Amino acid sequence: MKNLEDLEKKINSELNTKINNTEIKHNQIYIETDKEDIIDVVIFLKTNQDTKFRQLIDITVVDYPEQNQRFEIVYLFLSHEFNQRLIVKYSIAENEVIPSLTSIFPSANWMEREVFDMYGVSLKDHPDLRRILTDYGFEGHPLRKDFPLTGHSEVRYSEDQKKVISEPVKLEQNYRNFDYESPWEGTRYIKEEIENNDKKN
Amino acid sequence: MTKKIKNLNLNFGPQHPAAHGVLRLILELDGEIVEKADPHIGLLHRGTEKLIENKTYMQAVPYFDRLDYVAPMNQEHAFALAVEKILKIDVPIRAQYIRVIFCEIGRILSHILNVTTQALDVGALTPSLWGFEERETLMTFYERASGSRLHANYFRAGGVHQDLPKGLEEDISKFCETFPKIINDLESLLTDNRIFKQRNVDIGVVTKEDALDYSFSGVMIRGSGVPWDLRKSQPYDCYESLDFKIPVGKNGDCYDRYLCRIEEMKESVSIIKQCLAKMEKGPIKSLDGKISPPPKADIKQSMEALIHHFKLFTEGYRVPKDEIYTAVEAPKGEFGVYLISDGSSKPYKCKIRAPGFSHLQSMDYLIKGHMLADVPAVLGSLDIVFGEVDR
Repeated sequence: MKNLEDLEKKINSELNTKINNTEIKHNQIYIETDKEDIIDVVIFLKTNQDTKFRQLIDITVVDYPEQNQRFEIVYLFLSHEFNQRLIVKYSIAENEVIPSLTSIFPSANWMEREVFDMYGVSLKDHPDLRRILTDYGFEGHPLRKDFPLTGHSEVRYSEDQKKVISEPVKLEQNYRNFDYESPWEGTRYIKEEIENNDKKN
Repeated sequence: MTKKIKNLNLNFGPQHPAAHGVLRLILELDGEIVEKADPHIGLLHRGTEKLIENKTYMQAVPYFDRLDYVAPMNQEHAFALAVEKILKIDVPIRAQYIRVIFCEIGRILSHILNVTTQALDVGALTPSLWGFEERETLMTFYERASGSRLHANYFRAGGVHQDLPKGLEEDISKFCETFPKIINDLESLLTDNRIFKQRNVDIGVVTKEDALDYSFSGVMIRGSGVPWDLRKSQPYDCYESLDFKIPVGKNGDCYDRYLCRIEEMKESVSIIKQCLAKMEKGPIKSLDGKISPPPKADIKQSMEALIHHFKLFTEGYRVPKDEIYTAVEAPKGEFGVYLISDGSSKPYKCKIRAPGFSHLQSMDYLIKGHMLADVPAVLGSLDIVFGEVDR
């Protein structure tokens, strides 16, 4: 479908039980669904004649450590035919296993490996679930918000042992994170005055 | 007597001149035929996305130079566009032209490197010597505009950091006059070259369907006959007002991708010419003092400018809570930034979508059944740069 609003209606009517929420902003459609329905939703989006989201652009995760449903899984799709972009997402708790899309999109393979590597989200039915970007034998999942920026271990070449060794990070100075944000927001009455003037003009 | 034959496992890289960086490719060979390829990546992983989460929006820009370091400004462009869309700020027209000029220079930089090193991989030395001379000229343009040859750190949300120095526009337009001849020289060495064709025609063929399934973009998808270019289909900055063609391949093999790159360079030259002709004097960054820093001279006179300068370089500007995916047509394909802001001056999350990542992923599919000697040819035509694959 050429028009984003039509597409939103179409998706809502065809998949109404499987979609929790849809929204259009920045010229893209954002869809919220559930873990159980994701496979059906993706198959529909890929194969339906009016959607034709034939390309999976990327898969990623957003980490919200303070929420019960800690991870938000995000899929980005592109339809060449209708020149549209669509974002599908759902939330899961920390130890949940999510379904793999590799049987629908072969390109999901590495993207899901990256998700596993960076966030520690496990996948069901993935053909080759290994770490991808981090070192062999790496521990932890670096993009989680509770993983320190400096990491846990560092490697160096040891002259004594004649090999590369890994040891805990030793910092001469702790990582400094300055909080520049001032609670001062300016006086409210001036803000209101300006807004009122804007409205009048 | 029967002999037992075992497949040979071969480590290609991580230190191999034709691996274009630090790729470790584990090949399973049956004689000289490749049965399976398993790329091991991440040897250049620097945790860019994690670092960006800990920096302000302005401090995040240099990290984008270090992704695809062959065409640095194209990456910055994607990030700048994402922030601009969330902040809802306009970019002055002169800044748009400057950005497009430097993105196209980046495209030429990247394509020269790719075309000539691919020729090098299949046995031709001269193109790289000729091509690199031109790259040097282009990097001088980078240096004159931004101060550095490679890691430019030039684009900002709302425009570019500073205006072009005197005489640069004339020199770029002089380059546009001479460069097409260099492309023709390169073509005379390669396009009809028997050896080059033998090594590239019908090697690494990608069908239309597979190009879509494997998330290909850029030259990789155009080489297979899909006319898709984000500069045309989802235009950003001033691309809409420019006139250029999208070269499309026919067979989807390494040779067609080479031809696409050559044609794209010619189009880029024409885009740069059009921009130079249309460009007028004017502001080069957003006039909103809360987002772009004031000129140095103002700081000595104006209290407001001083406060803005101080706030911008300590706290940085705040970006309202939102999320957005923005993509640009980088030389290698669709380079995207999925940005989540939370109202503070640092991004909550910044996922970088690198085209090379999905291209390299298809290595197993592309190389299966080919000879070992075809591995460098296919790898070369994928246009892999490890800065962006490993992030």
